[in-house]
Amino acid sequence: MEKRILKDDNDRVDGILKVTGQAKYFAEYELPGLTYGVLVTSTITKGKITALDTKAAEKAPGVIAVISHLNKPSAPAYEQEGGPQMKIFYTDKIFYNGQPIAIVVANTFERATHAASLVKASYAKEEFNTDFEKALKDPKAKKLQGQADYKRGIENAYKTAEVKLEERYFLPIETHNPMELHGIIADWRPNNQLTVYAKTQGVKATQGTIANVFKIPMENIQVNSEFVGGGFGMALRTWPLEIATVMASKHIGKPVKVVITRMQMFTMVGNRPAAIQTIGLGANKDGKLTGITHRAYGETSTYENFTEGVVNMAKFMYQCDNVNTTYAIVPVDLGVPIWMRGPGEATGAFALESAIDEMAHALDMDPLDFRIKNDPETDQQKNKPFSSKNIKEAYKIGAEKIGWSNRKNKPGSLVEGPWQTGYGVSIGVFNANRGKASVKGILKADGSLLLQSATSDIGPGTGTGMTLIANKLMKIPVNKITFELGDSSLPPAPSQGGSATLSTVGSAVNDVCVALNSAIAELAANSNMDATANFIDVLKKNNLPQIEVTKESQGGKERDSYSMYSFSIHFVQVKVHSLTGVVKVSKIVSVGDSGTIVSPKTARSQMLGGAVGGIGMALTEESIIDHRYGRYINNNFADYHVPVNADVPEIDVNFINKPDPYINPMGAKGMGEIALIGFSAAVANAVFNATGKRIRTLPITPDKILA
Amino acid sequence: MKSSDQKPNQGDSRRDFLKKSSVITAIALTPGVAVKAAESNADERFAELFEKIPLKLTVNNKAYQTTVEPRVTLLDYLREELHLTGTKKGCDHGQCGACTVHVDGQRVNSCLSLAVMNEGKKITTIEGLANGDTLHPMQAAFIKHDGFQCGYCTPGQIMSAVACVREGHTNSRAEISEYMSGNICRCGAYPNIVDAIIEVKQGGETL
Repeated sequence: MEKRILKDDNDRVDGILKVTGQAKYFAEYELPGLTYGVLVTSTITKGKITALDTKAAEKAPGVIAVISHLNKPSAPAYEQEGGPQMKIFYTDKIFYNGQPIAIVVANTFERATHAASLVKASYAKEEFNTDFEKALKDPKAKKLQGQADYKRGIENAYKTAEVKLEERYFLPIETHNPMELHGIIADWRPNNQLTVYAKTQGVKATQGTIANVFKIPMENIQVNSEFVGGGFGMALRTWPLEIATVMASKHIGKPVKVVITRMQMFTMVGNRPAAIQTIGLGANKDGKLTGITHRAYGETSTYENFTEGVVNMAKFMYQCDNVNTTYAIVPVDLGVPIWMRGPGEATGAFALESAIDEMAHALDMDPLDFRIKNDPETDQQKNKPFSSKNIKEAYKIGAEKIGWSNRKNKPGSLVEGPWQTGYGVSIGVFNANRGKASVKGILKADGSLLLQSATSDIGPGTGTGMTLIANKLMKIPVNKITFELGDSSLPPAPSQGGSATLSTVGSAVNDVCVALNSAIAELAANSNMDATANFIDVLKKNNLPQIEVTKESQGGKERDSYSMYSFSIHFVQVKVHSLTGVVKVSKIVSVGDSGTIVSPKTARSQMLGGAVGGIGMALTEESIIDHRYGRYINNNFADYHVPVNADVPEIDVNFINKPDPYINPMGAKGMGEIALIGFSAAVANAVFNATGKRIRTLPITPDKILA
Repeated sequence: MKSSDQKPNQGDSRRDFLKKSSVITAIALTPGVAVKAAESNADERFAELFEKIPLKLTVNNKAYQTTVEPRVTLLDYLREELHLTGTKKGCDHGQCGACTVHVDGQRVNSCLSLAVMNEGKKITTIEGLANGDTLHPMQAAFIKHDGFQCGYCTPGQIMSAVACVREGHTNSRAEISEYMSGNICRCGAYPNIVDAIIEVKQGGETL
């Protein structure tokens, strides 16, 4: 383990490894005989491969093998009927442009790259459609129900309200684009023993998926993923390219490393699907909501359905007796999407939180007053009280800090030269999850504590949070506590997703620490020591080098009685240039209402990250397809604009930091999603306040402002 | 790329390369010979003779004398040959800054530099920044201000930040942000990165 010289208990436990370049990500493991795989991808969007000429590639220097549907290595699950349609190398069908169709393995990366360019595919092309809006309009195109229709009270009550609005909102495809490129190292050894170094948000999930495809026991597969260079959702599944790499290793009997290109990051590892949403809102003249209707369509692929919680928020976020929602998915000839930070809730919140602002304007009310007036006392969807909710306090803190009193309700009122200033607010909400996880704790007579769990850290600071939980419960200094993760042989934990890791794994850490404290107390009592005796003395007196406890932890019946959510309030100030249409986010105040803050430094960073992601969603991010060819045309960091340093102002992060009495022993709720959910609407609302222009199509680019 | 399009390198190695590359061209013109060579596993020996050229450079104060294919980027050379994996590959197109290293003291995207272009040059990577167990002030400031989350862009950010201070582009938050905008952080640690740079600048140490 690394030498600990952290100056502050709240510093990241892996900080030194990360700033010195010693943190090892999946592609950085040295294995004897390592080979390099490069994927060949389809150049058509739909059809069949009729011929694949691999001769030139096979004869290129350094090439060990070319693997495709022609010589597919055995993958028993793919040999059976049924299952997924996209069985890599077990189908000659092309479902989208850029689909992997072969892998070339060579002894250097450069040789594999060159040889991959020599593989020539011939195709029988079929007609395709990658245009979501076109599919939506086409009566013959499939629309599949994505979630059960929801109705409370009167359907479409907004239509007969005193004040009503109905607006349509469009969100384009966004791409996760973590800084680390995706890939895997697979090392298939004799007797079906497999070690992989993966970029995954769940080592147990990766282990399970591979076991399932190759029909080998889970115990035969070791998944290592100690450091993950960001995921934002895209590493929540094992992608076909990873299965292809395992196949390649199995085929050649050597370890194979695949690191895909940034361009392939747009086609092989999912995206946030485009969505078209209609919101209908009705209110009485006093500003009470009387009807909410949220209808959404999300994009999916033709070979696999993808759904997310786009319309969830409308069902409970505002006090309203009449609510109805529908959600359908529309297949197009693109790669299957996957949850991207905030997932569907962030998509839905853009529409709902924009519409709420529009209704406040229609009522000539301050949007903050309108929000507070319609703040729900209980969860009307579940008909339960919230376990904890401090939204009004959060609105108050944020309003003061952003200087909401400087805002004028009349749009376009604050002008200084060419710059128009506006203020916007929105709310984000996400289910406060808690799953089931196991943690092993080893308390040693040398004064140290080792905690182990097969969880992940894609960046939020899992190890830091867990260490601080143990530090508080056991009074062991932070530098004597080690939390090990990212290893499938450790006690099982779920994947890192849905803002659940701290709540889920942290609870198991809590239970382990409580059990270790009891065990020490019992040992102390049995050896006639004082109940307050130091655990080191107790262990030494009992001649024990260490004691060990493993605990599985999960929630009880508290969810039967309470509705559990995390909340965030986003306040932004924007400056819009009236001549060029440039929007600068000039000030951000975020207020998190997510129970106890266990790890203040990393929690603040998560809120910063959500705001930065939100700026991208609001102003710059859009994966653009040339629908004539079905190809992405901005599949790189020069053309797909994620926010850079100069796009981001200082961000004032605040936390309510009050424990949730019911969710878990720490009273802590997840934060990863709420940091982003709703943020894009706060920007859109601020742009409206600055200019009087309501932009309902993201991203809010200058052309839309000037139009 | 045709061999005639190659940017001239200096010294004997360039002349050697031209001589050898014309032999490669000749082989390429006679596929039968090349195929035969490949089938008899002669390609490895050909590669050694014709495809690799000598390279001398210093990385983190350690001298290396080696041969390398001219198409190998400095980034891949550092990561795959020298196993200095602190330098990261984020895009391979000079668009993200994750691969930033110092070449003769200047910050450079190592993915846009071929290894052979660095003949005789002094390279510093993230692994060469600390002084033994003592962190470089920028590394310490990144920890203090939590200037990262996943850590993947971090080595590039830190190498760029050190250069940014040396270049004197630290006179305001806005100036720092501008001169750090070639380094993308998808986790969104930008405000913390700026805080770290301000702290180092105010510390006044010569970097």
